[in-house]
Amino acid sequence: MHILRSLLLSLLVAIAAALPARAADDAELTRLVDALGAGGFDDTSAQIAALAATGEPRVAAVLELLAGGDLYVKKDGGAVVAATRDGKGYRITDPLSGADLGTVDRSAVTKIKINNKLRGEIKSALGSLTLASTDPAARMTAAETMFKAADPESIATLDAAIAGEKDPAVTEKFAEARAAAVLASDAGEADKLAAIAILKERGDRDALALLRAAAAGEGAVAEAAATAAAHVAQVLSFWEAGQNVWYGLSLGSVLLLAAIGLAITFGVMGVINMAHGEMVMLGAYTTFVVQEAIRTSAPWLFDYSLFIALPLAFLVSGIVGMAIERGVLRFLYGRPLETLLATWGLSLIIQQAVRTVFGPTNREVGNPSWMSGAFDLGHLAITWNRLWIIIFALAVFAGLLAVMRRTAFGLQMRAVTQNRRMAGSMGIRTPWVDAFTFALGSGIAGIAGVALSQIDNVSPNLGQGYIIDSFMVVVFGGVGNLWGTLVGAMTLGVLNKFVEPYAGAVLGKILVLVLIILFIQKRPRGLFALKGRAVEA
Amino acid sequence: MITRLLIERLDARAIIVVAVLLIVAAAVPALNLMLPADHPLHVPTYMVALFGKYLSFALLALSVDLVWGFAGILTLGHGAFFALGGYVMGMYLMRQIGARGVYANPTLPDFMVFLNWKELPWYWYGFDSFAFAAPMILLVPGLLALAFGWFAFRSRVTGVYLSIITQAMTFALMLAFFRNDMGFGGNNGLTDFKDILGFDIQVDTTRAALFAATAAMLAFWFLVATFLVNSKFGKVLVGVRDAESRTRFLGYRVENYKLFVWTLSAMMAGVAGALYVPQVGIINPGEFAPANSIETVIWVAVGGRGTLVGALIGAIAVNFGKTWFTGALPEFWLFALGGLFVVVTLFLPKGIVGTLGDLFRRRKRPVDDALEPQPAE
Repeated sequence: MHILRSLLLSLLVAIAAALPARAADDAELTRLVDALGAGGFDDTSAQIAALAATGEPRVAAVLELLAGGDLYVKKDGGAVVAATRDGKGYRITDPLSGADLGTVDRSAVTKIKINNKLRGEIKSALGSLTLASTDPAARMTAAETMFKAADPESIATLDAAIAGEKDPAVTEKFAEARAAAVLASDAGEADKLAAIAILKERGDRDALALLRAAAAGEGAVAEAAATAAAHVAQVLSFWEAGQNVWYGLSLGSVLLLAAIGLAITFGVMGVINMAHGEMVMLGAYTTFVVQEAIRTSAPWLFDYSLFIALPLAFLVSGIVGMAIERGVLRFLYGRPLETLLATWGLSLIIQQAVRTVFGPTNREVGNPSWMSGAFDLGHLAITWNRLWIIIFALAVFAGLLAVMRRTAFGLQMRAVTQNRRMAGSMGIRTPWVDAFTFALGSGIAGIAGVALSQIDNVSPNLGQGYIIDSFMVVVFGGVGNLWGTLVGAMTLGVLNKFVEPYAGAVLGKILVLVLIILFIQKRPRGLFALKGRAVEA
Repeated sequence: MITRLLIERLDARAIIVVAVLLIVAAAVPALNLMLPADHPLHVPTYMVALFGKYLSFALLALSVDLVWGFAGILTLGHGAFFALGGYVMGMYLMRQIGARGVYANPTLPDFMVFLNWKELPWYWYGFDSFAFAAPMILLVPGLLALAFGWFAFRSRVTGVYLSIITQAMTFALMLAFFRNDMGFGGNNGLTDFKDILGFDIQVDTTRAALFAATAAMLAFWFLVATFLVNSKFGKVLVGVRDAESRTRFLGYRVENYKLFVWTLSAMMAGVAGALYVPQVGIINPGEFAPANSIETVIWVAVGGRGTLVGALIGAIAVNFGKTWFTGALPEFWLFALGGLFVVVTLFLPKGIVGTLGDLFRRRKRPVDDALEPQPAE
């Protein structure tokens, strides 16, 4: 019975694939659908196979209705209809065309019962139906479903599908699905060895699981499977390390964005700015406001919202930063501990102000279309937003480096960092350098906020989450050195992601913190310390 | 002889403070217990608990003032020692519940039963006896501070770097205590206490006794701190604060001085935490939050850094303000607190006590006061 059905199925799928233009004529289809209403489970099983054999796309909808328990038989005449509850009765429609057939009393129809075995059959029938689909993506998905099912009965179907397939990528997927099925069947040794080779070629987690299962037995097949599994496992662990590095770089770029502004203000002015996280938060809220304005008045601009938000966020955070410097911090130079306290107070005020204006809940910031989605690179799944943030972080870093190295302002900034009094004697207006440096650092935090709004919740507490991590980066990398910040951020990011699988996310973070605390003991001035002769730094 | 020594070492201000504290320790419980509820001078029980909480905060502020005001170590992690002391007390109180928990398990606290633990973790052993728990209140924060300080001071981590790693320390501990696997109740912490030393923790007499104990303990540690800063040791500490390298070049082992006062201060914070927990009835990992530690620093700054008594005044005043604000204008509390940070650092660098002292002294006579904080060079 099973073999018969498979044969029939494969035969018909082969015909359907060979002659895609051929459509079963409507009367025949309706007859097949109506047949569903008669007989017991065994009959229904055969009827499902017959329906699937037509290769008609419309059949898929009928089978889904059947699986969902929405298919009924009219007691009067035995026609099969789709029905949904409508008040006291049922609203019935034609399952093939969807045409409305009016409302009937509840007693006028009987539900077509199915069991779990039938559900499985419907699922694989749907799979083989889509194998013949005209859309290559749908065929790939179907092949993937059949790969996971690894049902020996589908071998014949797949053989037929492979024979009729023109697209090489889809053929490969079919071959993999077939290999999985062969491995699960009682096929000969040669076939199985060929299947193992195909699975080894595929080399992902699913293939590894199948190979390990096959390696459990004895004989040449099991040995080959064990070798292949070992090979796949090795390749996979390599890719896993790659994935960790990728995640680490992604986290590192976030840390870099959050910390780089801090590195400037701390490095140049020796000011610990506890309100730095709030500058990031202001940048994120600027993005929110820009997107709101675009949503209400110019929706076609949505994909460019981030480009509009970037300069605005830089301005908003920069101006607030400058106000803080001119209003508070300049009275506190030479008293770093007091500065720390004052900026902490300012951070509380800014947070509460944002909470009062925008409310305490998360605000929604959308991803532009070019930042959503993902693509595969080997076995790595790379999301576009992460990739863009890494690129953006590096661009900001490069831009900042250029400002420091190539502009007059950068020169003055470096002069003030190295020797404030001498720079002052040379005619550099150090108070203004301080003010603009602080504004620059805050502005950079603002544009970091634009990027972080894409991957984090935009709430008044956004900045708080980054402040300790950013300090760790700056202290670890060494103060007054942008390269130190880059290396520090990336090292901490990658370290975090490598520790995480062994220790869990929270414990991993704790371990990294403890490592940094110990590292500070060894090198109190960070990785890239500025060398100086002063006794008291 | 000891009396004479004490009087020599203590200034008039300290004696007044201790006297006031001891009077409060006796008077408030008396006004609560002996007067009828409708008497105008009656202190309601919730006020006793509230002021008891303030006094334990005052002890925490005192410990911060000792390291920040006199040794120049701006700690942003003293909340960690406070919370550790609190957890030690909490563990003792949890063991006192016995079989009266929701699950009525005679050996395991409720949260362990809930997490399906089979036996008590080894580090919970001994906490059913107060004789074991009491020294632990000093030892646990003390040992952490000793280890941390030994590493930090030996490698001369100073200034803002030290502040940041103390903050990282309390942050790491907070993350750790939030984990259920740690065996300290995770997110919920330790609560539902029943007895302390055999007395019901909820009744008025116990609450009054806890208040009196807190006030007396604050007076005791205030004496210790005053004694310390007025001794030669204290003078060296001030030297470390104002010119660390110079003090080192004069031949003092700066790191040892710092380590001693740091560890002592951590123990004080632990005691404060242990007194805090039975009065508020709960301890959870939120106490480790870096924000709490920074807030403690502002209490000291408001009262007056390096004055000892200022820490007490600052802690009580700010917390009183917090209670009032969060009741009357909850929206504005963070504005007020943030503004306080800015205003105090900008306009009142010496805090309430320092500024009042200046006004008072200007009228009388100019003196050099070694205890007034000066910015380090």
